[in-house]
Amino acid sequence: MNIYDIIFYLFAIVTLVSAAFVVSTKNIVHAAFFLIFTFFGVAGLYILLGADFIGVVQILVYVGGILILLLFGVMLTNKITNVEIRSGTTQIVPALIGVGLFAGILVLTMVSTEWKSAPGEIPFTTAYSLGKVLLTDFVLIFELLGILLLIALIGAASIARREKE
Amino acid sequence: MIEVGLNHYLAVSSILFALGIYGVITRKNAVMVLMGVELILNAANINFVAFSRYSNFGINGQVYALFVIILAAAEAAIALAIVLNIYKTYANVNVDEINKLKE
Repeated sequence: MNIYDIIFYLFAIVTLVSAAFVVSTKNIVHAAFFLIFTFFGVAGLYILLGADFIGVVQILVYVGGILILLLFGVMLTNKITNVEIRSGTTQIVPALIGVGLFAGILVLTMVSTEWKSAPGEIPFTTAYSLGKVLLTDFVLIFELLGILLLIALIGAASIARREKE
Repeated sequence: MIEVGLNHYLAVSSILFALGIYGVITRKNAVMVLMGVELILNAANINFVAFSRYSNFGINGQVYALFVIILAAAEAAIALAIVLNIYKTYANVNVDEINKLKE
């Protein structure tokens, strides 16, 4: 068991345990903070897979952007003066049975399948090749995503600030 | 113990996916449902990056992972705007009590 395996298991355990807390804790703010650890664990997995740029983007966008947005959502949609910020749960037993069966089958399939893996050559730094591919092969999708982000920005602002007539 | 390979990453992402679905199904608060969706997107992203590493598609898998992250950011912004509107109308955001499109 070399150092790579140990780091992998560390990040995997951090990711899965904090994700389990996210879906099981009653307190919404605690769930949001456990989500930070999940995102950091996933970023670690990306970096272990040789995707350093994706790992950094994960931390920047998810922890710095989406999580802050979710926390704002929590605070704007609950009466903070009531100390209890809790989320009810519904249909736990059927969900546990269904999701347990689903997860069992999925993990068994993933582990038992003989994937045709041929370790490709991952460049030492991925930022250079990512930028090159984004502006050549994927340039149309790249531009469309820029337009999509603009639409999302305008749409979110106009939906959230609808004035009363 | 066998060496960490593609199957290990796929197993982790499968469990993360199942946890995300569990969160989406059982939570009442709409913001918590969104957190479950984020977990699902992360699980799919791990698969993209893992296949990019352990096959010879080159770097394309990482590009798709980048696109998924961008779409997740747009989705979170729009969804939270809708949730804020729901809160203005109903004074709560429990998804099992919201059954009208407008008052």
